[in-house]
Amino acid sequence: MIEILFLLFAAIALGAAINVLAQRHVLYSSLSLIVLLTAISGLFILMQAEFLAVINVIVYAGAIMVLFVFVIMLLNLPADEDGEDRLRWLKLIGIPMGLFLLFMVVRTVWDVDAAPSAPELAGTPQAVGASLFTDYVLPFELTSLLILIALMGAVVFAKKDM
Amino acid sequence: MIEYLSSREFLILFAKMIAIFGGVMGALAYTTLLERRVMAFVQMRPGPNRVGPFGLLQPLADGLKFLFKEQVVPTNANVLLYYAAPVISLIPALLSFSVIPFGPDLKIADISVSLLLIFAITSLGVYGIVLGGWASNSKYPLMGAMRSSAQMLSYELSLTLSVVGVLMISNTLSLSSLVQSQQGTWFGFIPRWNIFLQPIGFLVYVLSGIAETNRLPFDLAESEQELVAGWHTEYSGMKFAMFFLAEYANMVTVSALATIMFLGGWNGPVGGPWWLQMALPTFWFLLKIGGFLFFYILVRATIPRIRYDQLMYIGWKILLPIALANILVTSFLVAVL
Repeated sequence: MIEILFLLFAAIALGAAINVLAQRHVLYSSLSLIVLLTAISGLFILMQAEFLAVINVIVYAGAIMVLFVFVIMLLNLPADEDGEDRLRWLKLIGIPMGLFLLFMVVRTVWDVDAAPSAPELAGTPQAVGASLFTDYVLPFELTSLLILIALMGAVVFAKKDM
Repeated sequence: MIEYLSSREFLILFAKMIAIFGGVMGALAYTTLLERRVMAFVQMRPGPNRVGPFGLLQPLADGLKFLFKEQVVPTNANVLLYYAAPVISLIPALLSFSVIPFGPDLKIADISVSLLLIFAITSLGVYGIVLGGWASNSKYPLMGAMRSSAQMLSYELSLTLSVVGVLMISNTLSLSSLVQSQQGTWFGFIPRWNIFLQPIGFLVYVLSGIAETNRLPFDLAESEQELVAGWHTEYSGMKFAMFFLAEYANMVTVSALATIMFLGGWNGPVGGPWWLQMALPTFWFLLKIGGFLFFYILVRATIPRIRYDQLMYIGWKILLPIALANILVTSFLVAVL
């Protein structure tokens, strides 16, 4: 049962991810991205990380992607058209770089013998909260500081006459 | 851990699903009638009273009319998204009923993060509105959709933050445990409901809840006088009915959450023979939700729509700071007491 669900969600996620790149229209790409995020939440649930799954949907699919779609609609961007290919040289470099990345990922996954199983109930809100405020308190606070700085920067850019 | 159901448990679960889904759909249909009758009462006119006794068959007539309407698609509309939008709107709205406990046993799924799950599901509902407005290829729906997405994002913040106080007091994210934590009374007569501990959180929740469901006085997304009908201007027939049902389902969800978190859920005086003891908790729960819906409709009938800048002002500069201050004070009190 779990294997079937895993394959289902993985197939949806992969299909959506390919669709994000394949679509010519930005809006379709971002809608595929929403599908991808939701499918990944399904995978999280299969790994018993229900808190992560729900937060993933709330923050990314429910808030950040709404902003993406909002901006796309505000600008009313037309579908991508075939123009002059300005990225010809980058393509030549990009293909070997991408292959190298793929090689590294496959090698890393190959080297891991057995997936170290997460401790029981690692995905509950209590466990996530406890590890955030004890073991990982410094990275957690630094990340929030970084986000705050980015927020203030955005406000400064948006308000030109401060 | 993954548990497997026996066939008997599966049948019971299936029966519950059908009961809840059918009950919810029927209740939604009759909420529209309630709304029209109460609005008419406030405005001193009879309202729909011709179809059946007291107009009780009006929802059926409405449904038939929706079914037989001509299917109109605007020229140059994005047909795929135009058809998908009402479905995207309705499915999350109905999905959230899967974790709402209607009684001690009358619930489909009882998971540990059910409150967050409802927030996650309802936050996806905005795509139906946004895509519906965009795919119609018409200016008023687009403006309604833009307003709606900005409004839902702004008020989702204060809606989520307003319940943090309750969560800190009861130490759980599961809706059933939230209800159980409010059992009993203080001094023998005051029920142990969270509204008495979190009155400010409750007020912020109700205000943001009205805004989240795009209801008057915060229905800037459809405001008839400026935008014809907002994001669903180009929709008719069953597709419009799906948007309509989604709005009412969201209203019921917001009311049910308010009842569960602040008004003690299914708690209430229970007594009498066993069948009455089975039915009374659900009755109390539905009664509280009904009271909320009634309040919703009265607000719609009495308070005029506010301006868009006032809407943003209330959301970001009044409700959000109040919700944050409420969290600060509550966390301090919880830590001290």
